[in-house]
Amino acid sequence: MNKPMLKMLGVTSAVSLLAVSAVQAQDPVRLTIVSWGGAYTQSQVRAYHEPYAEANPHITIVNDDGSANALAGLRAQSQAGNVTWDLVDMLPSDAQLACDEGIIMPIDHDAMLAPAPDGTPASQDFLPGSLGECFIPQIVYSTVVTFNTEMFPEDNQPSSIADFFNVDDFPGRRAIQNRPGGNLEWALFADGVHPDDIYDVLETPEGVDRAFAKLDTIKDNLVFWTEGAQSPQLLADQEVAFSTGYNGRIFDAAEVEGQPFAIIWDGQIVEWDGWVIPYGPNQEAVLEYVYWATDTQRLADQAKFISYGPARASSAPLVGEHADLGIDMNSHMPTNPDNYFSPIVLDNDFWTDYGDELRERFANWMLR
Amino acid sequence: MTQGDAATDPSMTDHMRDGQMVTADGTPLKASLKRAERRRKIIALLFVAPLLVFLMISFIIPIGQMMFRSVDNPQITSTLPRTLEAMEAWDGQGLPDEPVYAALAADLTIAQENRTVGQLAVRLNYEISAARGALTRTARQVSNMEAPYKEKFLDAHRLWGNPEIFQIIKREGRPLTASYYVSALDRTYDADGNIVLQNENRRIYVDLYIRTLLMSLGITFLTLLLGFPISFLMSSLPMRYANLLMIFVLLPFWTSLLVRTTAWIVLLQQQGVINELLVWAGFISSDNRLGMIHNMTGTIIAMTHILLPFMVLPLYSVMKTIPPSYVRAARSLGANPWVAFWRVYVPQTLPGIGAGAVLVFIISIGYYITPALVGGQSGQMISNLIAYHMQTSLNWGLAAALGTILLVGVLVLYWVYNKLVGADIKLG
Amino acid sequence: MAVPSYAGRLERTWYYVFRILCGLIFFFLIAPIVIMVPLSFNVQPYFTYTTEMLTLNPEGYSLRWYQDLFSSSSWMNSIKNSLIIGVASTILATTLGTLAALGLSRSEMPAKGLIMGALISPMIVPLIISAAGMFFFYSSVGLAGTYLGVILAHAALGTPFVVITVTATLVGFDNSLVRASASLGANPARTFFKIQMPLILPGVISGGLFAFITSFDEIVIVLFVAGVDQRTIPREMWSGIREQISPTILAVATILVAFSIALLTTVELLRRRSERLRGMSPG
Repeated sequence: MNKPMLKMLGVTSAVSLLAVSAVQAQDPVRLTIVSWGGAYTQSQVRAYHEPYAEANPHITIVNDDGSANALAGLRAQSQAGNVTWDLVDMLPSDAQLACDEGIIMPIDHDAMLAPAPDGTPASQDFLPGSLGECFIPQIVYSTVVTFNTEMFPEDNQPSSIADFFNVDDFPGRRAIQNRPGGNLEWALFADGVHPDDIYDVLETPEGVDRAFAKLDTIKDNLVFWTEGAQSPQLLADQEVAFSTGYNGRIFDAAEVEGQPFAIIWDGQIVEWDGWVIPYGPNQEAVLEYVYWATDTQRLADQAKFISYGPARASSAPLVGEHADLGIDMNSHMPTNPDNYFSPIVLDNDFWTDYGDELRERFANWMLR
Repeated sequence: MTQGDAATDPSMTDHMRDGQMVTADGTPLKASLKRAERRRKIIALLFVAPLLVFLMISFIIPIGQMMFRSVDNPQITSTLPRTLEAMEAWDGQGLPDEPVYAALAADLTIAQENRTVGQLAVRLNYEISAARGALTRTARQVSNMEAPYKEKFLDAHRLWGNPEIFQIIKREGRPLTASYYVSALDRTYDADGNIVLQNENRRIYVDLYIRTLLMSLGITFLTLLLGFPISFLMSSLPMRYANLLMIFVLLPFWTSLLVRTTAWIVLLQQQGVINELLVWAGFISSDNRLGMIHNMTGTIIAMTHILLPFMVLPLYSVMKTIPPSYVRAARSLGANPWVAFWRVYVPQTLPGIGAGAVLVFIISIGYYITPALVGGQSGQMISNLIAYHMQTSLNWGLAAALGTILLVGVLVLYWVYNKLVGADIKLG
Repeated sequence: MAVPSYAGRLERTWYYVFRILCGLIFFFLIAPIVIMVPLSFNVQPYFTYTTEMLTLNPEGYSLRWYQDLFSSSSWMNSIKNSLIIGVASTILATTLGTLAALGLSRSEMPAKGLIMGALISPMIVPLIISAAGMFFFYSSVGLAGTYLGVILAHAALGTPFVVITVTATLVGFDNSLVRASASLGANPARTFFKIQMPLILPGVISGGLFAFITSFDEIVIVLFVAGVDQRTIPREMWSGIREQISPTILAVATILVAFSIALLTTVELLRRRSERLRGMSPG
């Protein structure tokens, strides 16, 4: 399918749906879509996959929870000339790497993505700075510090990143991810560095030392997690009092499962997440799918199932209530002004440059 | 087989010619025997050949290829040929001159078109931080650059003003590299190209190898400590009871590894069976539950349990063959029970101890699953880091180097053991 | 081991202490597995014994986690995958391994030590290394993420067991039986099936069972080489344990324990049969 045709299809989502099913030859197509698993994949299944497959009965969508190792998988598959993945959910930093290696498709955002309902082209509608050469953003997510409210007396609940680093007043074990990204930023933030200056400080060896020195103050109380689902689990089991974690998973555990969790929005670390398209077996079908699944309404729909902010400006007003719980999702969005008071925007360029070195240092620090 | 047998049949060698034994058809017996022997060798080899070929393709070549990956270094020579050529004239001191930058610009233009700059950038970033950003960002601008290139490069990224990046390109601009092994041994190159110890707070691997070694030794010792008494008991009981007790060893042995790991998580976690029991019995308060999992303790407990059958089975099979009469003789000659046990019985069990210990040690030194699930940070072993570099950091060269070191270690160990004890690995 | 009549009091005490110690070690071996089983019937999604369970109140028990398991398509799929991969790799490993063992036990086999070393190498090389090597190689030839790739990998891991068990049954095999059979006019094929086959059969079957359980229980290779379509039971358990241990995993674990009891019994019966055939005392 050529690009003008795709553009033509995108007048409204309803029309595009009809058109897509009319244009497509009805041979059965199996799309393998790689994502992060757990509550996040579920939100995509309910907001995108199920409605799409219902409107296009010849499409079957298979979910692969391989996003954590997506770059390795993409490399291996393209090296073998046997790409089995059709669409991959990835972080922008990995997407840039894959893009530089030429193993995923460059994106012409205005041609391949739907405009906003008012006609604003996609490149203007997606939030500033979110688009990548090969990257189609879906959501804004944030990594936040959360605590189990039952583990602190009611009159002494923590409320800031500084409290997270304060073991004397807020005792208990803390879980952080076993990688430097985010943790070093928080250490400097808790040490008094302004969010805008964090990466300038981290670029200097003294800044790195300062961050590790701050982490040392809580090291005896630390537990490390690897995968997103572990942090709500650790909190729920009261293995730890605090845990860092992805706000969507925390929301899921707190609101859907009713766990006594509270999010500290102070110093939330904000990042994008989105799609990349490998050179897989069903490129035409996948382009149609992406055109539909990243339009304004669909991105707003995903927020019905998980508390991640849609990456399009035009989706924000459409964010409504949670599909099952009926609670208003706006107050749970990382981008809600009530929550977005001291955000740290993750600097992918910084981590591209210094990631290898800092990961080594962090691994060394964890081991001793 | 039947043909070979016919040739050696004595009834057919009743002939002599020129002082030589000959067969019925007149060929000298020696030659005939030799031919038959060769044929039998070939037949024997033909039986083994399918499996040998199969393992070669499915197992041995993959491992060889992985080992090659630990020295394979194609990125720089294939992407920066002009730069490397221009750098031959550079003395390695200070920044190179314009021709090098011009060659670099030409190489990067092509690399950007072919989309090979990403791999090059990743490769160089292993050697020096910020190389990835320097290369990818410069490559995106390079098609708009014009001579003189040197200043444009210095503007594009500060790293191009650092002679170190050029020293690295020159040093690593060869098809094979030792740099993954240098990293895997916590070493690095200094400004003069000598191999020196890595900065103290970036050393990881040597400590981890040592920890893996110590944990494996500890687990081996624990399995021996627990395995010896029960093997001894079983070998001294009548067969009927011994077989009954053997079920306690064989059932865990046949039960899925993940089931056993799950079982230990259920037992050891904070809300698990043991902690609940201790709280209920009043030994600990509910706030002070023991942290027995997601640390080294949990890993060692679970691995000892998982590997104990591998110690018991060879020990038991050796002990079963030791006649009790020796110990009785020692006792009757006046040795006290301990002396009789230590000086007479234990030495006879050494082959079993050796087989069990080597088996347990070899398995535990490369263990991945249990440390990954219950190890936390302090329970991590070298294989977890190999997996990390394969799947997460994607530094496959380093993963291969770490793996090769581990593999060579295990093979040497096995070889030494084979020389000393010479017993095959036996199955229960 | 009865206390000898000449034993002193100290020795008698030690005799009982020793037995208690051994009892504790046997308890350590078996308890984790046994304790887990009833928990899979817990009504509550917890990993501790509730009061209802301890008082044997039927209301404390239920089959809900088993229902969960059998109604979950991903678990059912993983069971199917485990069986497909297990059976196919076992057939491959058993055929190749038996042939090789027959060759190896011939006295004229050249370079026996070296070849034996190569054949059992999949058992000695740490799994993570095998997995790494296979991941790189299988990816580059397009076998990663296919059933064939996982089957080949598992067959390679399983062959040493077949080679070792079958070679063991051939040790002490009286070659004059073969000669006798040949001299009585049987062709080599008939000799093999009538004379050698019945003798090595127990070895072949128990080697095959070892190969099957190796594949059935294998996870490291699956993690690296298999794709989403080849998820096996251990792979499914792995993600379950990493993310959230639900009692459904305990239900799977219980079924697997039952399965291993069946396997264990089979192997044990085979071993006895083999020893009886070879004229040794059972046990």
